[in-house]
Formats: sequence, structure tokens, C-alpha cells
Amino acid sequence: MDPIAETPLHLNSYRTGPDERGHFGLYGGRFVAETLMPLILELEAAYEAAKIDPAFHAELADLNAHYAGRPSPLYFAERLTQHLGGAKVYFKREELNHTGSHKVNNCLGQILLAKRMGKKRIIAETGAGQHGVATATVAARFGLPCVIYMGATDIERQKPNVFRMRLLGAEVRPVISGTGTLKDAMNEALRDWVSNVEDTFYIIGTVAGPHPYPAMVRDFQAVIGQETREQMLAAEGRLPDTLVAAIGGGSNAMGIFHPFLDDPSVKMFGVEAAGRGLDVPNGHCASLNGGKPGVLHGNRTYLLQDGDGQILEGHSISAGLDYPGIGPEHSWLRDTGRVTYVSATDREALDAFQLCTRIEGIIPALEPAHALAYVTKLAPTLPPDDLLVMNMSGRGDKDIFAVAGHLGMDI
Amino acid sequence: MHRLATVFEELAAQDRKAFVTFITAGDPDTATSLEILKGLPGAGADVIELGMPFSDPMADGPAIQRASLRALHAGQDMHKTLAMVRAFRETNKTTPIVLMGYYNPIYVYPVDSFLADAVEAGVDGLIVVDAPPEADDELCIPAMNAGLNFVRLTTPTTDDHRLGAVLANTSGFVYYVSITGVTGTRAPDLEAVAKNVARIKARTTLPVAVGFGVRTPEQAKSIASVADGVVVGSALVDTIAQSLDDKGRATELTVSSVLTLVEKLSAGLKAA
Repeated sequence: MDPIAETPLHLNSYRTGPDERGHFGLYGGRFVAETLMPLILELEAAYEAAKIDPAFHAELADLNAHYAGRPSPLYFAERLTQHLGGAKVYFKREELNHTGSHKVNNCLGQILLAKRMGKKRIIAETGAGQHGVATATVAARFGLPCVIYMGATDIERQKPNVFRMRLLGAEVRPVISGTGTLKDAMNEALRDWVSNVEDTFYIIGTVAGPHPYPAMVRDFQAVIGQETREQMLAAEGRLPDTLVAAIGGGSNAMGIFHPFLDDPSVKMFGVEAAGRGLDVPNGHCASLNGGKPGVLHGNRTYLLQDGDGQILEGHSISAGLDYPGIGPEHSWLRDTGRVTYVSATDREALDAFQLCTRIEGIIPALEPAHALAYVTKLAPTLPPDDLLVMNMSGRGDKDIFAVAGHLGMDI
Repeated sequence: MHRLATVFEELAAQDRKAFVTFITAGDPDTATSLEILKGLPGAGADVIELGMPFSDPMADGPAIQRASLRALHAGQDMHKTLAMVRAFRETNKTTPIVLMGYYNPIYVYPVDSFLADAVEAGVDGLIVVDAPPEADDELCIPAMNAGLNFVRLTTPTTDDHRLGAVLANTSGFVYYVSITGVTGTRAPDLEAVAKNVARIKARTTLPVAVGFGVRTPEQAKSIASVADGVVVGSALVDTIAQSLDDKGRATELTVSSVLTLVEKLSAGLKAA
């Protein structure tokens, strides 16, 4: 056994993980079938090489600027701030990115890596369809065939994104195994990968999965926090005091949190989906607040599961938060206490969705609407000089049909 | 001596190949599954792999996924699976049972209690699909210390460099996965299987069994010509599925149709 891997991380830095075996403390790792293990190791080597190659970073920065539209603005939500009467609320406007969410940041990074590795075919899983659309978009941009696995249930509730993916040339394969949601789509994508190991690159959409995915996706999403840091310094001459982001798998939250983890003055809140309520059995998707550690999809992390270790489906109004796990680094940040994890219900998210739309003229996706729901509780308790940044991770156009249904309106 | 080593030695002495059968514990219900389990040795099974149902069987094809869900819907859990082994051992002291599945239900059991209960029930070995050599310190080595064999999967993608790590803590036998893919979906290519089995046997004295795509007596016979054992799973599980009524419940055909197929496959293999 490697003695270094057994030494606890020094908590004078929260940014050194994972260790060389992909662990964030107890969490993470590489729990995959042997067929995939050589591929995971190859991917790790390719990513380590790309990370230190200035040409890779230059190409990614160029695409980020001219294709995705970065940097995304840091916007002072003046009316919301007045309405809430407390902290000064800013939005990091990831919903203005090409494809309408933060997902494109990661997809551009991974497809450049696929290109370096000579892979000829792209696969991905998607829940709400935001990652599927972002993957189909970059696959079209790089001329690679693309298969998106999506639960049959999710296909039904996210029709606009399904059509968008098909327009972009992707094949959307409905997943009927299990209960036809995001975790089943991820199972099916892993099965495809095992069956097509030679030519296929799997673009995982969040900071979960076997090492190196959690670290790699985090690195590609960290541009959100890096920009926020510079933009807040320019706007206010100092760092933000409070960061708030929604958590499904946790990529948008990890992207904004990670560059600030070693700034002790910056408080961070991850907002999980409490669905119908944390006290409703299998009625929420709050892995950290209502689950326990387990092993799924290649990593150890907090999971929604029963006493026998069977994975539960959970529930959220937001298909993008409807995942029974969470990125392993979040599990570690929870246990160390560096980040506080809270939750918001379906109802609270719907209320925040409408508030933001009317008061700021921004239609948020249902995912960041959860973060906003917590901001509406937190901001009034903070002093007026508290600089609060919420990650507006996606736009809500995809959700208007679902929201209309929940509000009892016809469109 | 461990039951697995004994069986493979006895078969080798008779110049025979091991017939390894897989069923999912609790499919379609615990009682029927136990009846099938008890009938397997008489129908020709030399080694039994008993699947521990899991909600998210990532390495399995549609047949075994559905078997897992049937078992879970019927209320199967880890304690019932171990109870099946205990009941089997009341009348059978010789046929090895290897529990096969995924790590999470073992991890939450938790590991030490699971290993103790498995040994006490009469389990001989474990195959845990998503516990690679990198995780040996938390499952494989404790299992070996508890007296269980830890059977490892090797695949067409396991190159010579990795093979050493994969074989290092393997015991009982080596399970060669004959295809890159999930269980029961493609037919293996005999020439490639022969080459890879030879590659593995050059590095270990353990017997090598081949599975993931063997469905017919003819396939079993040809695979047996290049390996020490043949694993059949999806074909048995499909036969169970076909025997059920329209509500997914066992019928009078369920036990007999599976055991008849096992007899046919066993006869094909023994003709090798």
C-alpha cells in the first residue's frame, strides 16, 4: 500500500486533492469494471499531459472566448438586492454561455482531449438535456458522431432539448432500464463505453464518475470561479463574502467554489434539491443531507440508497438535480465542514423562479432557481456590505413547459 | 482445502472442464430461486455463481439487469441471499458457491460483517465487478483473510502490464471475460479467446474459466476446448424469464426449464 495515500490531507489547503489514486479523503476512487480500467488510466495520462501543454490551454481559451462567449458577466442584481434587503446580490451569468448553461465549459475541454487522444466517437449521458445539448454542440463543432443516452422519463419531460440534440446531429437513445432517469442513462453510457472501448470517448457531464473525471470536470469548470474572483476584485476591490450554487452532481458549484476554497473569509453554500421535502421518503435528491456514503458509477460518495445498498431514484422538479449521487469532492468538503450544504424544495424553487423572472427579467433554469431560493432566505440575514454571488448556471427556456404545468397554466 | 481448488483439481484429474452456472439470487422469487440453486449440481453444474441483485448493474446486459430487478421487486436482499446459501449447504457440502455482484451492497452491509456472514453461510468466493485491484486493501485482502477466494475478471483490454496487478491477489480461478461488452450480448471469437487464455495461463497456475457470451451447448464445447471452465449466465436467466406468467411470477415450468437447459449445456461441455 502506498503510505502517502493513507496520510490525511493537510487542511491548510483544500485545493490539493485528489491524491494520485483519485481520492478526496474517503471519497472518489476508481470503482470500475476491469474492461474500463485501462481506458481510465489512459484518459488520466492524456489529461495530465494536456494540463501542462500551453497549446491545449490556448486552444481552450480561444474556444471559450469566441465560441462559448466567455467571460460570462458578473451582474449586480440591484432590484433583487433591494427586494431582499440584506446582502449585495450578484449573479454569475453562466446562463448567457453558448448552449445556455455552464455545461459547455466542460464539454469544450473534454472534446479537445478526445481529439488529442484520436477518439472517433462521442457518448454522453444527460438528465435535463443541458449536458446532452452541450455535448451534441461540441461534437457538431468538431465533426464527431455523437450518441446521447437519456432516460425515457426525462425524454418525455424535456422535449425541447431532445429536439435540439437531434437538430445538432446527435442520436438520442432512450434508456428504459431501471426507471429511465439520469442514473440509468449513466449506466447505459458506461455499458456503451465498455462495448466500444477502442474508439469512444465518454464525456461525463458532472464532477462525478471514476478518477480522473471529478478532478478534470472541476478543472474545466473552475473558469467560473476564476473569472468571478477577478470580476469581483474589479467591481468591489475585494473578494466576495458568500457564494451560493445549486447542486445535482455538483459541477457548477465546484466550478465557482474551487478557486475560493483557500480563502477563509469566503463562505460557501451548496443547495441540494429537497423535492417534496427531506422528510418524505424517496421524495428528494439531497444526497448529502439525506443519503449516506456508498459506491456507484465509479466513485465513493454520498448516495441516496436503502438499507440494503440499493440505489434510490429520488425526486426533484428539476431533471438536472435528479441524481442519487454527488461529486466526491463535495462529500469531502461536507465532512471537513469547509462548505455548508443546505436544500430547497420544489415549491421554494418555483417561487424563486417566478421572483427572478419578474424582478430581474431573467428566466433562470430550475436548477439555479434552487440556489436562488436559498439566497432569498440567506441574504436578508446578512449585512448590506456582504458581497454574495449566486451562480446562475443555466437559463430557464427549457423549463417553461414544466413550470406552466406546475403552476396550472396552459401554453 | 477450499472447495473451488478441490473441484478444479478433481476435474483436471479426470481431464474434464468445469461447468460454471450463473443465476441471480431471488429471481423470480426467493423460494423458486432456492429450488433452482439446489437442482444445479444434479443437472451438471460444477461451480455456482450466485448473483447478488443490485439496482444498477453497470457491467450487465439486459437479461441480467432484468433478473436483478425481478429479484429486488420480489423483496430479495443481501440477508436473503446469504440465507439461500445457508439452506443450500444443509444438503450440499461440495459444490462451490461464488457470490457475484457489485460493491455497494457489500460496502453498506458493511464489509467485515458481510465477510463473516458469508463464510458462516458457506460461501466460497466473491466476484465483485467494480472492485478493481486498486481497491484490494478494502475488500479483496480482507476477504482472503476471512478465508474466501477472490475471483478476478480479466478482459480483452487487460494488457500484459496490467495482468500482473490483476492476478496478484486473485484466487480460486480467473474469470476471463471473452468480449469487450456487457454480459450476454455478443458471441466470443474462439481464436481470440484461445490466445488470451494462453496469455493468462502463462502468468498463473490458477484455472481459467471463460464467460460473457456463451449460450449454446456448441459454444460451451468449443470454449471448453481452450479453457479450464465455461461460465453460462444470461442464457439461464433468459430461460427463467421465458417461463414466467404474464405477471412475472414463477410457473411449474420455471425450475424444470432452467435445469433442463443446464443438463443440455453440461452434456455439450462434457462431449468436449
